[in-house]
Amino acid sequence: MINMINVSKVYPNGTKALTDITLRIEKSEFVFLVGPSGAGKSTMTKLIFREEQPSRGQILFNRKNISRYKQREIPYIRRAIGVIFQDFRLLQSKTVAENVAFALEVIEASRKEIRKAVPEALELVRLADKADVMPSELSGGEQQRVAIARAIVNNPPLVIADEPTGNLDPDTSWEIVTLLQEINKCGTTIIMATHAKEIVDSMRKRVVALEKGKIARDEERGGYGYED
Amino acid sequence: MRIRTFGYFVREACKSLYRNNWMGLASIGTVAVSLIIFGASLITVMNANYLAARLESNVEIIAYLKDNVAEAEARALKEEINDLPGIAKAEFKSKDQALREFRQELGAQQNMIDALGGKNPLPHLYVINTIAPEDVVKVAEGLQGLKQVQKVDYGKDFVEKLFAVIKWVRIVGITIIVLLGLAAVFLIATTIRLTVFNRRKEIEIMKVLGATNWFIRWPFLLEGMALGFTGALLAVIVVGISYVSFTNYIQSNFNYAVFGLQTDPQFMLVLGGSMLGAGMFIGAVGSGISMRRFLRI
Repeated sequence: MINMINVSKVYPNGTKALTDITLRIEKSEFVFLVGPSGAGKSTMTKLIFREEQPSRGQILFNRKNISRYKQREIPYIRRAIGVIFQDFRLLQSKTVAENVAFALEVIEASRKEIRKAVPEALELVRLADKADVMPSELSGGEQQRVAIARAIVNNPPLVIADEPTGNLDPDTSWEIVTLLQEINKCGTTIIMATHAKEIVDSMRKRVVALEKGKIARDEERGGYGYED
Repeated sequence: MRIRTFGYFVREACKSLYRNNWMGLASIGTVAVSLIIFGASLITVMNANYLAARLESNVEIIAYLKDNVAEAEARALKEEINDLPGIAKAEFKSKDQALREFRQELGAQQNMIDALGGKNPLPHLYVINTIAPEDVVKVAEGLQGLKQVQKVDYGKDFVEKLFAVIKWVRIVGITIIVLLGLAAVFLIATTIRLTVFNRRKEIEIMKVLGATNWFIRWPFLLEGMALGFTGALLAVIVVGISYVSFTNYIQSNFNYAVFGLQTDPQFMLVLGGSMLGAGMFIGAVGSGISMRRFLRI
């Protein structure tokens, strides 16, 4: 699904974020992206999401070179990728259901699709009873579940989670990861950048460790491997 | 674009219009003032052009004959005049006839004529129409060449003066319009920038969710255009009411045909339409500038 070939990224200020990365992620995989801060995890997710362009190398997404897409085609790449952030990024002025529906509104889905897909997504994250509540009335874990519902409501083949448990306590973190695992079981590829050692160690999924912009480790059923 | 999506754009635009109401009012005010001046200049120029065109199309040449020419000789001159090139019609008016007409125009003040003591100071004259308006100068020169003709008169000076006035109205009007237009564009750009700033989180999320750039831009563009349109509407109302009352005043107080100001529906439609169009254009340009600079998408 994702194929990075000799990808390097140097930011205009001279920071070498990634150097000569070659990485292949198959459909339906669950991949943890670990490594110290500044190792290049965020840059990697930004490259896949086409928020940044690689300085060298190629990134293929579903066999298509995404750096060849024109500026106005980028939104269509993004529709195939659901993104979850550490800080949830919900719109505080909209209810839970409206936040989820927003993902479909901006891609101009029909009202019928929205009416069908939004309750389904909320059901999946077990927030059907909170549909008309404002985000500010929810706990952190619940807000992140809303964000997950929003990320998957249009059935993207790939979900990128950038430290989704960074702001949550351990129990809630587990809830979120379990949810991502369920989504993964339905065939959605998941890339999760994280610092949560316990979760990575006990999940036994593929682990890609970045250090100083290079791949230090890439193990099936790996562990976190850092003491932090 | 789906109709529903358009509804979304309109709702978003309205929401932020409501939120930025003070900046919005300032923008609307500036648009209105600049378009009022735009409308007034347009009215002046169009009316002046209309007047000039009417004058030009029926410029009459009046040839005054010398005082010592007898009436019979004066009447006989008609053939000679008709032989000149470019003449459509030449009508003789004797000095007696001219005096009678003058007497009629004076109405109650007959004593002015009585004061002349039975003398008639008016000359015999010919009223001449040319075939084509542009022949006027040539024909006038030809008439001047006749030995019985004292003086040839046509509306040249007036038409030329009118055109000079039109030119100045245009220059001054355009300068003011451009300056105020720029101010209006700037104010709208600032208003839209506020909206973009208020909604930066939302825009960020929209980008992540895969909204197209135009989907993100439309509400801002509509907001700018709505501001421009509202300002223009105000200007149309102000200009429309003032112009109609002005023309009514002119028509009831002065009976001169020369003041034939245009009030036909077509003229008013062109006037209102171009003001509204200009308003929306100003709004679109204003939000366009903001989006280019502050909405890197």
